[in-house]
Amino acid sequence: MADISIKGLHKTYPGSTELATNNVSLDVAEGEFMVLLGPSGCGKTTLLRMVAGLDFPDEGSISIGGRDVTYLPPQDRNLSMVFQSYAVFPHRMVRTNIAFGLVMKKVHREEIERKVRWAADLLQLSPYLDRYPAQLSGGQRQRVAVARAIVMDADVLLMDEPLSNLDALLRLDFRAELKKIVQQLGSTTLYVTHDQVEAMSLSDRVAVMKKGQIAQLGSPITVYEEPADRFVGGFIGSPPMNFLDGRITQQGALEIGGQGTAAPEFLARAAARTGGTPVMVGIRAENIALAERGSEGSLDAAVEVVEPLGHATLLTVDLGGQTIKVQVPSTVRVSSGDKVGLRFDPAALRFFDMETQLGLTA
Amino acid sequence: MSHATTSKATTPASRGEPEVDRRPLARRRRNRILLQAACILITLFMAVPIYLIALAAMSSRQSLQKFPLSFIPDNFSTETMQTFLQSTGILGGLINSVQVGVFTLVLSLVIGVPAGYAVARFAFRGRDPYQLFLLFTRALPIVVLSVPLAQLFLQTGLYDSVLAVVLLHTALALPTTILITASVFLGVPRDVEEAARIFGCSPVQAFLKVVMPMAVPGIAAASIFTFVMSWNEVLGASILTLNQRTLPAQVLSSLAESPLAYRFAGGFLLVVPALVFIFFMRRYLTNMWGSTIR
Repeated sequence: MADISIKGLHKTYPGSTELATNNVSLDVAEGEFMVLLGPSGCGKTTLLRMVAGLDFPDEGSISIGGRDVTYLPPQDRNLSMVFQSYAVFPHRMVRTNIAFGLVMKKVHREEIERKVRWAADLLQLSPYLDRYPAQLSGGQRQRVAVARAIVMDADVLLMDEPLSNLDALLRLDFRAELKKIVQQLGSTTLYVTHDQVEAMSLSDRVAVMKKGQIAQLGSPITVYEEPADRFVGGFIGSPPMNFLDGRITQQGALEIGGQGTAAPEFLARAAARTGGTPVMVGIRAENIALAERGSEGSLDAAVEVVEPLGHATLLTVDLGGQTIKVQVPSTVRVSSGDKVGLRFDPAALRFFDMETQLGLTA
Repeated sequence: MSHATTSKATTPASRGEPEVDRRPLARRRRNRILLQAACILITLFMAVPIYLIALAAMSSRQSLQKFPLSFIPDNFSTETMQTFLQSTGILGGLINSVQVGVFTLVLSLVIGVPAGYAVARFAFRGRDPYQLFLLFTRALPIVVLSVPLAQLFLQTGLYDSVLAVVLLHTALALPTTILITASVFLGVPRDVEEAARIFGCSPVQAFLKVVMPMAVPGIAAASIFTFVMSWNEVLGASILTLNQRTLPAQVLSSLAESPLAYRFAGGFLLVVPALVFIFFMRRYLTNMWGSTIR
């Protein structure tokens, strides 16, 4: 086990002018589960591959456990990895697949056998040890890949979208199992995914990436509740955060779609000085409640679409020409066309600068 | 073959439900039978001449003159084969041929497999011209290649040796070896190779332990092709040798003035080793590691 320290990584792929990673710095503490989250092409996999030694950076440095590994080949970095495509060796049986890394390390034979048995037990692969990967299902193959990675006792465990090739139900199961296993091992883990639910549920900390840079780094709850910019808020959460064009008036009120509600004090003070500023308001669907139409502090809106989800009902609502999503308990009975009042939870309101799209805080 | 033979429904259709149309099933069955028939025809096309040659080679010299020839081996005799094997140059030619075949195989794999890997994996400068150039060797007639080679070998003292023929055959086999193995290496996922690197392999180890074994079917196919090509090639071998003839070259040189039995025996001896080789390589072509590779 060891910490990872990444400093100022630049990487451009040959034949491309865009930076795959642009001056990325990241510290992963010993035993931490760090998730790199972002849409495809954001540079998260590139970053992982550079830590693995499968790609080399143009600039910057990577050290694992205080040892510089920036340009070391992968086999000298003492890490293990789970691939998106499983990448199990089709010409080897499950047993020799799991043992592969240990055999390469010339570990004692009895020790290898013991570890293979332990990993197979942990991942419920014991009945399949003498089969070829082609005789296993996709989920089982991914288990083999995980088993192969965890027997290594490596400093760092890397995972590149390990669940994305599994079907939805299996993914849910395996996600919890993976979390349990990694907690047991306590190894430093760098995990790449584009699935924000996976990121939220597995990580100690999330690094949300966008265009080769880290947009926000923090605990999953912080990233969810206090997105650093509009991109993060729009990427994380299902449905994503609502964004509304609003205005802080000189009198210190928040005006959305021609209707007013209370604005937080720090914005009101600034607005009083400048004579009112436009602002982008972010709020999550579950932080909006239905209220009596015309009641104090509520905004008038019209329901356009009603989507019952079982555990809740998702409404698409028109608020003064802007469309937003509202999540209400499934007991609430509304139908499309209804006129309703909306009450925003003031504590859950987030504000973003219109131009930079960065979050505004006190 | 008409359809609608089985379209009589077994249960009467009630409440106006449409009757089950069984014609597509019948059509499928018919197509399957036709396919089988075609397979049998093609197999016969290949097998009958081989059988006839074997029959003639295993019959006595007198029975060959009989008319009509029998299709059943009723007078089995090794006399023809024995005389053939004892004639001058045949045994030597056989040994030469095996040597040429094996060395060509080894040499073309040693050069061709890494080259195929390079073509498949790396975007190096001049890759496309290189691939074109490969095919260019095959575009030249063997005679055009052999005559200058003969002169070159005469100067360097390689003429009339097994090595001379091996070099020519390797040059002839390399393009296909490279192209076949390259296409197989393309099918080996990069991820698997990278996994090998992560789990402790150097690039060479990753190639030997993971990529090569996964490419075995393609390498087997290339091997069969190379060996059979080398075994059958006669023109270049005839030009490049005088005394160290390969079997086909030896048989060819004495074909005109030899009796019928000799020709059949020669033909039989030429067919068998290639068949045996293909028989042993076949298992690498298909069904491996619990899955069938098409």
